[in-house]
Amino acid sequence: MSLTTNPRTTDSPKQTVSPTRRPPLTLRDRYGDRVFNIAAITILLLSILAVVYPLYFIVIASVSDPNAVYEGKVWLFPSGITTEGYERIFADSRIWNGLGNTVIYTVLGTAVSVTTILFGAYALSRKDMPGRKILMLLFVITMFFDGGLITKYLVVRDLGMLDTVWAVVLPGAVGVWNLIIARSFFEHTIPNELREAAQMDGATDFKFFFQMVLPLSKPLIMLMIMVHVVAHWNSFFDALIFLNDDSKYPLQLVLRNILIQSDVSSTGTTGGDIESYAAAQRIAELTKYAMIVVSSLPLMIALPFMQKHFTKGAMIGAVK
Amino acid sequence: MSRTIPARRARPDAALLPHRKNSLSLRLRRISRAWQLYVLLAPAVVYILVFKYWPMYGVQIAFKNYNPADGFTDSPWVGLTHFIRFVNSYQFGQVVGNTLWIAVLGLLLAFPIPIILALLVNQLQSERFKKFTQTVLYSPAFISTVVVVGIMFVILSPRSGLVNNAIQLAGGEPIFFMGSAEWFRPIYVVSDVWQNAGFSMIVYLAALAAIDPALHDAAKVDGASKLQRIRHIDLPGIMPVVTILFILAIGNLLNVGFEKALLMQTPLNLSTSEIIQTYVYHAGLQQAQFSYSAAIGLFNSVLNLALLLVFNTIARRANQATLW
Repeated sequence: MSLTTNPRTTDSPKQTVSPTRRPPLTLRDRYGDRVFNIAAITILLLSILAVVYPLYFIVIASVSDPNAVYEGKVWLFPSGITTEGYERIFADSRIWNGLGNTVIYTVLGTAVSVTTILFGAYALSRKDMPGRKILMLLFVITMFFDGGLITKYLVVRDLGMLDTVWAVVLPGAVGVWNLIIARSFFEHTIPNELREAAQMDGATDFKFFFQMVLPLSKPLIMLMIMVHVVAHWNSFFDALIFLNDDSKYPLQLVLRNILIQSDVSSTGTTGGDIESYAAAQRIAELTKYAMIVVSSLPLMIALPFMQKHFTKGAMIGAVK
Repeated sequence: MSRTIPARRARPDAALLPHRKNSLSLRLRRISRAWQLYVLLAPAVVYILVFKYWPMYGVQIAFKNYNPADGFTDSPWVGLTHFIRFVNSYQFGQVVGNTLWIAVLGLLLAFPIPIILALLVNQLQSERFKKFTQTVLYSPAFISTVVVVGIMFVILSPRSGLVNNAIQLAGGEPIFFMGSAEWFRPIYVVSDVWQNAGFSMIVYLAALAAIDPALHDAAKVDGASKLQRIRHIDLPGIMPVVTILFILAIGNLLNVGFEKALLMQTPLNLSTSEIIQTYVYHAGLQQAQFSYSAAIGLFNSVLNLALLLVFNTIARRANQATLW
C-alpha cells in the first residue's frame, strides 16, 4: 500500500501540532503507529464491506427486474424496479401461516424459558441455599455431556409431544449458559445486606424475589427476553425433527423448504414450455431475494435497540 | 483458586456451633427454611431431569437393540455391536474425516479472526466509528442459519448468482458451488466467519475494556508503539478469556455447525458434507435405526469430552486459566 496516496498521512503532521486532537501523553507521532492506523482502518473497512455488500445486494436484487439480475446487470443499484417478489410473498399462505406459528412459538417459548431461568438462577445465586453446589453441578454437567439427538427424540416421542407446540417450546427451554449468566448477574447486583434487611422486616424469599430482585434486574430480564426471542425466531431444527404436520411449521422451516429445497409449487407455474419455465424460475429467484429480506428485517430493525443489552450480556458472560 | 475461604465465611452460624450433633437438625432446619428457593428452582430441575438426564439415561440403547415396546431399560443387550458396525462401515472414515476437517479448519480461522478484529477495533480513536464497526460486524449473527444458507444458494447460484456473474464478467466459467464437494468446506468456513466473527468479537472487546488504561499511558510515555502495546498489554490482558473460550470451543469442536451442514447438504456434495451428526440424523431419524445412530452420537459425545479434558489439562499445566 502506498502511503502518499492516502489523505490521512497528509494531514497527520497537523495532528501533532494541534494538541486537542491527540491524547496529551503521546510524545511524538510515530511512523509505525501511522502505518498501523491505516492498516487497521483498511482492514476494518474491508470487513464492513464484506459483511454489508452481500446483504445490500440481496435487498436491491429483491426489487430489481429478475432478468437484469439474471444477466448480471445489478451491482450497485436496483434496475427495473418491481415489487412482484414481495407481492408473491404476501399472497403465499404458507408464509403467513409460518409467521403465525413462529409468533406463537416465540411468545410461549420465551415466556417459559425466561421464567424458568430467572427463578432457577436466583435460587442458585443464593449462597445460603443448602445443596447449592451439587444442584449447580447437576446443571453444569449437561454442558459437557448430553444424551444426543436420538434419545432426545425418543424422550419427546414417549412424552407424546410430537407434533405439538410443546415439542418446539420445551426441549431447548433452559440453556445452562444463560442460567450461569443470570446467576452471576444476581450474585453481583443483589447485595446480601439488602436481603438481610428485607428478612429482618419479615419478607419471605418469594416476596423478596418478586418485589425487590426482579425490579432490580430489568437489564437481565431484557437480555434474557431478547436472547430467547432471537433464538426462537431463528430456530428450525426442533421443528424439523419434532413436527410432521406442515400446518404447524414455523417460518424458518417454511423458508428452508422454499429457499433451499426450492419447493416452487405455489410460487410459479411449472408446466408448459421451456420459456415459461425459465421465466417462472426467475420469478422464483426474485421471490427468494424478497423472502430473505422480509424474514430478516424484523431483527435487523430491532438490532440497534438490542445492541446495548447484548453487549452487556457479553460482559456478564466475560466476568464469569 | 481460593474457593473454600469465601464459602466458609458465608456461613458464620455453622462455625459458631458448639456441638457437632446439633448440626444435622440445624441443617434440616436450614433446608426447610429455604423451601421457597427450592420451589423457584424446581421448574429448572424438572426440565434438566426430563430433557437432559432422561435422554442421558437412554444412551444405554447404544449398547442394546432398542425397540419401542421395551423402552430404554428392557431392550435386549447387544454390547458393542453397533460401535463395531459403525467403525467397520465404509462411511466411518469419510464421516469422521469430514467432521474433523471442518472442525479444525473452522477453529483455525474462526477462532483467531474475532480476536484480531477486537484488537483492531479497540485501537480506534473515534468512539462513533468504533460503535458503528461493532454494530455492522455483528449484525449477521442475528440472521437465521436457514436464511444464511438461503443467501448462499442465491448468491452462489450457477445460473444467476452474484458470484458467478462476477466470475463470468472476469472471463471465467461459472462454478456450481453448492453442488460440488470440493467447495463445501471453503463455503462452510467462510460463511461461519462472515456470520459469527463480529459477535464473538464482543466478548474480547469487553475483556479489552477491562484492561487498566494506566498501563497503556505508562507504555506510551516509555515510547511503546501501538503494535508493541497490543503485543505486551492487550494480548496478555485478554489471555485468560482467550484460553477459556478456546477450551470451550474445543469442547464443542464436533458439535458446532451441524444445522448449517445439514442445510448446506445437496446430493452432490455429500462426500464432503456428511459429518457425524448429519449422519446420525439420517441414519437415526430418517431411517429409524435408533440404536445404531445413538451409538454414533455417543461416540461423538465421548470424543468431544475427551478433547475438552485433554485441553483443559494442557491449559492447567501451562498455568493458564482453566474451566475448573
